[in-house]
Amino acid sequence: MAHALRNAGAISGLGITPMGRIYGKSATEFAADAVRAAIADSGLKHDDIDGLLINAGITGNIGGGITLGLQNYLGLKNLRLLNHMNAAGSTAAQMVQYATMAIANGMARHVVCVFSDAPLTEGSKTGAAYGGAGRIAPRPRGMAGLYAAAGYFGANTGYALAAQRHMAMYGTTQDHFGIIAVGQRQWATMNPMAQMREPITMEDYHASRWVIEPLHLLDCCLVSNGAVAVIVSSADEAKSMAQPPVYIRGMGQGHPGDTGRAGNDAETETGAKIAARTAFGMAGVGPEDVTQCQLYDCYTYTVLVTLEDYGFCKKGEGGPFVEDGKLGPGGSLPTNTGGGELSAYYMWGMTPLSEAVIQGRGQGGDRQAKNDVILCTGNGGTLAYHGALILSPHAN
Amino acid sequence: MTQPAQVTKPLPEADDASKPFWDGAMEGRLVILRCADCKAWRMPWRHHCDQCLSDRSTWEQASGRGVVRTFGIMHQKYHPAFEVPYNVTIVELAEGPRITTNLVGVSNADIRVGMPVVVDWERHSDITLPKFRPA
Ligand SMILES: [Zn+2]
Repeated sequence: MAHALRNAGAISGLGITPMGRIYGKSATEFAADAVRAAIADSGLKHDDIDGLLINAGITGNIGGGITLGLQNYLGLKNLRLLNHMNAAGSTAAQMVQYATMAIANGMARHVVCVFSDAPLTEGSKTGAAYGGAGRIAPRPRGMAGLYAAAGYFGANTGYALAAQRHMAMYGTTQDHFGIIAVGQRQWATMNPMAQMREPITMEDYHASRWVIEPLHLLDCCLVSNGAVAVIVSSADEAKSMAQPPVYIRGMGQGHPGDTGRAGNDAETETGAKIAARTAFGMAGVGPEDVTQCQLYDCYTYTVLVTLEDYGFCKKGEGGPFVEDGKLGPGGSLPTNTGGGELSAYYMWGMTPLSEAVIQGRGQGGDRQAKNDVILCTGNGGTLAYHGALILSPHAN
Repeated sequence: MTQPAQVTKPLPEADDASKPFWDGAMEGRLVILRCADCKAWRMPWRHHCDQCLSDRSTWEQASGRGVVRTFGIMHQKYHPAFEVPYNVTIVELAEGPRITTNLVGVSNADIRVGMPVVVDWERHSDITLPKFRPA
């Protein structure tokens, strides 16, 4: 018997604001723009919304992020479900999961899931909000101070060290990371919403400045102001709504942590391994059935290691797997078809999810890829948190 | 006109919980917390063991030897006191736990994953930091 949650829910609405160095709006205002757009897109009325799940982004940590006060700003007074969620980059997939579970059990009908962030201010350095060096005390207390004393700053450091470990263990090369960056930029040239639409070559990739070796600038995601909202409804209701439903066929999570404890391989074995079993099991499919991927790509390396952990290839073979360009336009496994976080926009887990919804509806235009089975993932921490959705335009 | 204060690297400051670690460092000994129940090492300091959740522990001297688990060469200027490029290195200690540090006595180009290393102390006025050099 099929899992009770297989195709129980569907994504019925999508709202995306302009992305990038967009100034003059707060995270709350971006969120309201995205929610208004998602409600209009779905054909629902404001009063139909009875669930709201929010995820604040980096401004949730550094200040200015959306809070539960968003409910009041949006004037929502019929809510039966409300929460502020944070499992870092895995949150978007998770919001859809909890919304689906709630809807399937009669707790809500139409749940808005919204991510909003506004870390960029006029004249600010792009990575400032994520580097964290500006917030370090002159004398950090205790042993946690060993990180700052060693100059370990921000997400870039953790992922560079993880990528270096993979290279040393398995012979992964800079070319393997580069082909991912180049392929995603090719996709981005076809996405009018993408922040970076100029094609790049492998030469451009290798010539881009080091952030922290082995990561070039072009290995790292963008930083964006903006917001994305999706609406989750029951699959039955979604069938008669304004947009083609994108069915939620499978869902899973995996959180191996990053304890640094002896024997743990957190750099090269991610939560995707755990999530894959649940999500593929619920969906009744395997990696061989996936026709396109929308993978969380905070770094090129994240894409490579995620593909391994979903079983598209063996552990350690992610480099050779991607080197023929199969992830790019015309390839056999179209991946991050909007350009992803590397080239389109960085809305944490809403980047892959928003593109998965566009693709699932068949609204990808020039970049539309085969959409029968879409693997959509979120990842957070340094490969510590993982959420998975398996989406499809078909409810069978 | 006042001159801007000279920016220094963020040097850790001992707190009560981690004082034995920093006292050991001042004496040139790498001292690490160990679970009194299951004997798992705890790094960095924490009240509870992450294997058995015991809150009982002892401080024990580690060998100071290990291998480079992974590293990166930082080029981005995040903090004004750090001259780039510099290495950020995770050393896997012989006892198992991992420590975030920098390698000294080796050029960045010669650092390799798996390289054997030994602790090397960087002394400041009121704190001593564990760095590592090739063994
Ligand atoms: Zn223990």
